[in-house]
Amino acid sequence: MKRPHLRTGTGTVTAGEGPPDSAFLSVRDLRIHFDTDDGLVRAVDGLTFRLDRGRALGIVGESGSGKSVTSLGIMGLHRSGRARVTGEVWLDGEELVNADPERVRQLRGRKMAMIFQDPLTAMHPFYSIGRQITEAYRVHHPDVHRKQAHERAVEMLARVGIPQPDKRVDDYPHQFSGGMRQRAMIAMALVNDPDLLIADEPTTALDVTVQAQILDLIRDLQRETGSAVVIITHDLGVVAEIADDILVMYAGRCMEHGPAEQVFSRPQHPYTWGLLASMPRINRERQDRLLPIEGNPPSLIRVPPGCPFHPRCRYALLTDGRSNTEVPPLVPVDADDPDHTVACHLTPEDRQRIFSEDVAPGL
Amino acid sequence: MTTETVPAPGTAPVDGEALLQVDALVKHFPIRQGLLQRQIGAVRAVDGVAFTVRAGETLGVVGESGCGKTTTGRLLVRLLEPTAGSIRFEGRDITHLSTGAMRPLRRDIQMIFQDPYSSLNPRHTVGTIVGAPFRLQGVKTEHGVKKAVQELLELCGLSPEHYNRYPHEFSGGQRQRIGIARALALRPKLIVADEPVSALDVSIQAQVVNLLDDLQGELGLTYVIIAHDLSVVRHVSDRVAVMYLGKVVELGGRDSLYHAPLHPYTVALMSAVPVPDPKRKQQRERILLTGDVPSPVNPPPACRFHTRCWKAQEICRQVEPPLRELRSGHLVACHFPENEPSPG
Amino acid sequence: MTAYIVRRVIAAIFLLIAVTMITFGIFFLVPRLAGETSTQLAAQYVGRDPSPEALAAVEKNLGFDQPIYQQWWEFAHGIVAGRTFRYGPDASVCHVPCFGYSFKSHLPVWPEIVSRLPVTISLAAGAAVIWVVTGVAIGVLSALKRGSVFDRLSMGLALAGVSLPIFFTALLSLALFSYKWPIFPNLQYVPLTQDPLLWAKNLVLPWVTLAFLYSALYARLTRAGMLETMSEDYIRTARAKGLPERQVVVRHGLRAALTPIITIFGLDLGLLLGGAVLTETAFSLPGVGQYAVEAITDNDLPQILAVTTLAAFFIVAANLVVDVLYVAVDPRVRYK
Repeated sequence: MKRPHLRTGTGTVTAGEGPPDSAFLSVRDLRIHFDTDDGLVRAVDGLTFRLDRGRALGIVGESGSGKSVTSLGIMGLHRSGRARVTGEVWLDGEELVNADPERVRQLRGRKMAMIFQDPLTAMHPFYSIGRQITEAYRVHHPDVHRKQAHERAVEMLARVGIPQPDKRVDDYPHQFSGGMRQRAMIAMALVNDPDLLIADEPTTALDVTVQAQILDLIRDLQRETGSAVVIITHDLGVVAEIADDILVMYAGRCMEHGPAEQVFSRPQHPYTWGLLASMPRINRERQDRLLPIEGNPPSLIRVPPGCPFHPRCRYALLTDGRSNTEVPPLVPVDADDPDHTVACHLTPEDRQRIFSEDVAPGL
Repeated sequence: MTTETVPAPGTAPVDGEALLQVDALVKHFPIRQGLLQRQIGAVRAVDGVAFTVRAGETLGVVGESGCGKTTTGRLLVRLLEPTAGSIRFEGRDITHLSTGAMRPLRRDIQMIFQDPYSSLNPRHTVGTIVGAPFRLQGVKTEHGVKKAVQELLELCGLSPEHYNRYPHEFSGGQRQRIGIARALALRPKLIVADEPVSALDVSIQAQVVNLLDDLQGELGLTYVIIAHDLSVVRHVSDRVAVMYLGKVVELGGRDSLYHAPLHPYTVALMSAVPVPDPKRKQQRERILLTGDVPSPVNPPPACRFHTRCWKAQEICRQVEPPLRELRSGHLVACHFPENEPSPG
Repeated sequence: MTAYIVRRVIAAIFLLIAVTMITFGIFFLVPRLAGETSTQLAAQYVGRDPSPEALAAVEKNLGFDQPIYQQWWEFAHGIVAGRTFRYGPDASVCHVPCFGYSFKSHLPVWPEIVSRLPVTISLAAGAAVIWVVTGVAIGVLSALKRGSVFDRLSMGLALAGVSLPIFFTALLSLALFSYKWPIFPNLQYVPLTQDPLLWAKNLVLPWVTLAFLYSALYARLTRAGMLETMSEDYIRTARAKGLPERQVVVRHGLRAALTPIITIFGLDLGLLLGGAVLTETAFSLPGVGQYAVEAITDNDLPQILAVTTLAAFFIVAANLVVDVLYVAVDPRVRYK
């Protein structure tokens, strides 16, 4: 099941326009807007990133940042009536946003799979765990016999570390503990050996000790299968644990994106600073006050003009008013570091100075 | 806030008066079954918990789901009737006080709830919600209830103009502030907060944590803060109690407990917390506990942690370890504690 | 599970006993509390200007002279063990289940009800099939096409169905389809065993009329249930698995949305089996409901008691069936 780092073109690429680059997953200028009675909600507003096989991308943001909406957008799970999705999502050389919904359905669960935050509500209460896994398998393998699919379900449960899988396969979701349910959910997502796994807050509903188990499991499975993983979370600790790359979202846009070690050791965006400074840490020796980000996240109907973070930014005044009017582009931090990008009007020198003088001592 | 030596539960406090003393507290929820609905067992949610909370301090209670921390909190404010044991508030036994007899005490003991979305009545204005304690207790205020409520709102970082608004007009963090304002209305002595920040975003969490901190300094409050997040508990607490399956397995000063935890469970719990630093991922020694917390209906005998403990010996299955003081003010219930201080 | 069913059956029996007691109380105790003597009560059931002797005989025959608990006891005893009535030297044996003789017609009550039951069952069962199929189908489609013309139209119709009284829709349909355009002329109940086609043809109007009300109710319920379940997390999971939309709707959405509807369906059917009073009256169907109306207008206690007990029995039984069925449908209840 391990595939080499090669493009396995499926031949359905729209004529004339090839994939933008060789990346396995490439999201370009993705916009997801919802029409509501109160106005247009710009949940995701021009998001661009790419991800290779075998790597894990952590998308970090607070509630309303658009991180979950993005994941559903990649999976093509927004119902056409309410959501307006524009931009491009290239998965292994195939564009999904403008593709035939039936084609996207065939890819869902087979080439790209998803696990959700709360495995109790995310599994159907009336069907056994085994039946739900078999269903996921057989929808993409229609000629497989029921019995074979059942064996596959048992095999998957064993692989995600559920004891006595041949017995537990007939249990119902409510008979599993929270951690076991999330394992079963992972088994269900991986039953068709997908190349892309999207995990939306996979450990938020779990206890810390179980969270550690699940994160280990996801990492091990990824190593084993060489798939690409997108992990969506509000917890910077979780991304540090599992992600190779980090994308910080705010108000539907990317604020900062780069390799995890860079983002944690040399964070560039004031919002990233704010997130890091406001979280209590178990290993923090100094126990003085936390430094919260003042104010509240903006309404996605009335996103502030310019940089969406400027009303809460302590350094907005240093930009000569540009942050109030101009949307900052996502640019590389410096030449040595082309993969680390940031959307901020502050000059690199200012950022460097503020970080080392003002922010780093508080972390 | 003090971090000096802490007396063992039950004994007289050295510094700061004991505001709340809990001894051998038990809460069992019966399970009934069959034709006659006979009791066939019990969920032993809290099973012999003892600690003292001194005036002006913050006691943090941590543990995983099912450890009994929420039940403990509800017992403290007498939202639940204890099965056994005693709760003393300012020296007075309040374990089995009737609702009527509890009423005057409600001025002194208040609770803050986890979910800022469901703990506020959506049909009442902020003024009504925050002013309710005054009306219920028949308290006269100098310049009227409205003025008092507006002062409270300001104290909690809200605007006095929010008086006539409804809860749905506020964000999660603001709602939690409303909940805090309501709890503070009658100037209580003790506040029991059950997961006060776990429903909030990180940046907002910090605002509320700081608010609780400021209020403690200004009003001399005593807190019992119940949370699953060890980082939050470390930040807010003076002393910390770690619970596992209805029992306190470790109790100690914050620094002592986080620097050198004694109970293997505490060690494992702390090592499992993800740290926002990818470099530490490799260095860190992580103890991965296997399996889940066993059912509180049928907890393991003797030491309840022995089924998941890597140090468990025969004695752990036979003899329940007592909560004993290994370091000054730092208690643990374990036969083979970690980081044990060298004798002498 | 067995213990659960046994417990429920015992509770059901007590409930039925309570129902007969209360009905007894209403018809015997209340008049007495209002000052009527047992002789005055008996006077309702004899001809004009009876002689005091005749009146006393009737009073004794009907058992009005006995204390009320004893009258109730004999009634209850009759249901389970049969009863012997004495008229002077004559005695007549009333077999199990004995609900006594009508005060007015002096015919035994139970055989009369038994002969009427098929009518009521035919009406209720036929209408139930129609309303479940149409109600659920319309509800599902409305929910899936929420806000569309179909949704608005069907929900408007459903509102009419729920609010129009059944005697109005019944008379309207009779006027239109039986008299103006005689598609269904000479409506008369024909037993199924006698002529299945005519049985069905003559029941079409009552079925549709009754089903109209219930379909409307069920369409609204199904729609609300579907809207709720289709926004559940597990529906999103089903889509994320790549299931075709039809399977998502039917296997995952409808399955969950139908569960509460089963409960309501059981109760509605139970209620109707006790007598579809308005429909039976409007279409002159000789069912239990019509019998109930006669019983009440005649103040004929044995008939009233029999009809009430029967209705209570159907409701209690339906409740029991529904609860057991629920256990079969929802595994969460099964493993509690």
